Amino acid sequence: MIQIENLVKSFGAKRAVDGVSFAVERGEVLGFLGPNGAGKSTTMRMITGFMPPTSGRVKVGGYDVMESPLEAKRLIGYLPENAAAYPDMSVRGFLNFAAELRGLEGSARKKAVNHVIELCFLDSVLHQSIETLSKGYKHRTCLAQALIHDPDVLIMDEPTDGLDPNQKHEVRNLIRELGHNKAIVFSTHILEEVDAACTRAIIIDRGRIVVNGTPEQLRGMSELCGAVTLAARGATEERLSTLGRVEKLNGGFRIYPRDKAKAAQLAQEVVELVNHYGWKVEGMYSERGELDEVFRRITLPDTARR
Amino acid sequence: MRVIRTLVKRELASYFSSPIAYVFLVIFLLMTGFFTFTAGNFFERGEASLASFFGWHPWLYLVLVPAVGMRLWAEERRSGTLELLLTMPVATWQAIIAKFLASWIFLAVALALTFPAVLTVNVLGDPDNGVIVAGYLGSFFLAGAYLAITCMTSAMTRNQVVAFIVSVVLCLFLILAGFNPVTDLLTRWASPAVVDTVAAFSVVTHYDGFQRGVIDLRDLVFFLSIIGFALFATGVVIRSHRAG
Ligand SMILES: Nc1ncnc2c1ncn2[C@@H]1O[C@H](COP(=O)(O)OP(=O)(O)OP(=O)(O)O)[C@@H](O)[C@H]1O
Ligand SMILES: [Mg+2]
Repeated sequence: MIQIENLVKSFGAKRAVDGVSFAVERGEVLGFLGPNGAGKSTTMRMITGFMPPTSGRVKVGGYDVMESPLEAKRLIGYLPENAAAYPDMSVRGFLNFAAELRGLEGSARKKAVNHVIELCFLDSVLHQSIETLSKGYKHRTCLAQALIHDPDVLIMDEPTDGLDPNQKHEVRNLIRELGHNKAIVFSTHILEEVDAACTRAIIIDRGRIVVNGTPEQLRGMSELCGAVTLAARGATEERLSTLGRVEKLNGGFRIYPRDKAKAAQLAQEVVELVNHYGWKVEGMYSERGELDEVFRRITLPDTARR
Repeated sequence: MRVIRTLVKRELASYFSSPIAYVFLVIFLLMTGFFTFTAGNFFERGEASLASFFGWHPWLYLVLVPAVGMRLWAEERRSGTLELLLTMPVATWQAIIAKFLASWIFLAVALALTFPAVLTVNVLGDPDNGVIVAGYLGSFFLAGAYLAITCMTSAMTRNQVVAFIVSVVLCLFLILAGFNPVTDLLTRWASPAVVDTVAAFSVVTHYDGFQRGVIDLRDLVFFLSIIGFALFATGVVIRSHRAG
């Protein structure tokens, strides 16, 4: 549904987006990660046709966003970063306005508006004017606007920003559900959301894609991935170090596999060692790897250099 | 058309939902009243016409029209709703036309509310109502020309005050180019042909015809070209912003 080829955006001498290419198909939810100023929002603005790219191409549903903008925009629902909405309008008025611009009239419009009101839990503020809404409700109103025409392509810039934990949870579930029959791209700074909602994730840093893979693959890049954490009475660092590098933790040890490819065997070997020496196990688990760590390792050196 | 209608409706609703609109209408009516009846020596003229009413419009609009139009684009850019608007299936030209039309309709409403002046002259005497209709038409197009220029300046900045000031200055040029004291001054150093050419760009020159009751196609074309040019320039400005 979305094809991006070699997208470049320069602001003066600065390249905010520098040769980004990827594709998103129907049924995929793509998480867009990256440090502040990486170029996430700029990329999304080019996908949605708000900013023309300096070079490169964006196609949405087969339409080139620059050549046939209206056709492309019809397919897209977009939640901008600032979640702006007209402050003088009421929530219902604003949603009616968005629906009308999307070509929904009469009963179809009513149905669409009522549907997104339900999806985004806006019942209680329908007649309130947008300028008096709390930040979270404002955000949800703008999200509702993006969903109103049941778009095939959904672009969301930090959709859970400013929401309370319950709403964050709801929105993540919503994204996952909608993802079954849409192509979704959303940016976030919350790495759990990658696990909670994405089928794929891209990490972008200083305008370039540095990682593009499934959440599992990303986690696999973690140092931690495959390590075994063991808390057992009697265990010693010396004995464990026969299996791999050992790190002493608060009340336990973490054993890193020598060879990541053989990480699966490590747990088995630890169990054998435990049995052999008769240690009393209090806890033991295999680490899946942490996205946080991967993110930091990939993007930190660059940020520090800046 | 549907898109334009929806956008016009929203703009108009946003005018009338704010108290500023009503304040504006009141000020407009008070000022026209003041200029017509007091400053314009309406009663001493001893004639049943609205000449003193229409004569002040180029100056009155100089401040009031930029006040109406300054928010059109500046506010959208400042609050970020521009991104929302332009990522909807809306062409930029549709948005430009819609915003312009909505404010023009608002100004037309303000102008229509001056109807008591028409009633007054009809009660007091026997005016040529054809001239009055032409006067209203001219005033409406004059407001449109100022408004289109304000649209353009409003698109240039996210600061409404800057948009206001720049529009006032530009509109002032359009008046002064044909304002008698200025043209008299110009004739001292420039040939009459030059002075006439400069004056041809003035709204005053073209507005005068309407006040005399003459609807000249060339005057209409003049106002429409200013509107067309300024709105086209608005499009160029918006496109260049988006390019970053
Ligand atoms: N209109 C603009 N003019 C000049 N520079 C810009 C403009 N928009 C963005 N930039 C620059 O482009 C870079 C990328 O910005 P962008 O907003 O895409 O980052 P981001 O990844 O969305 O960051 P964040 O996580 O903070 O939202 C930044 O360095 C920013 O300063
Ligand atoms: Mg951003």
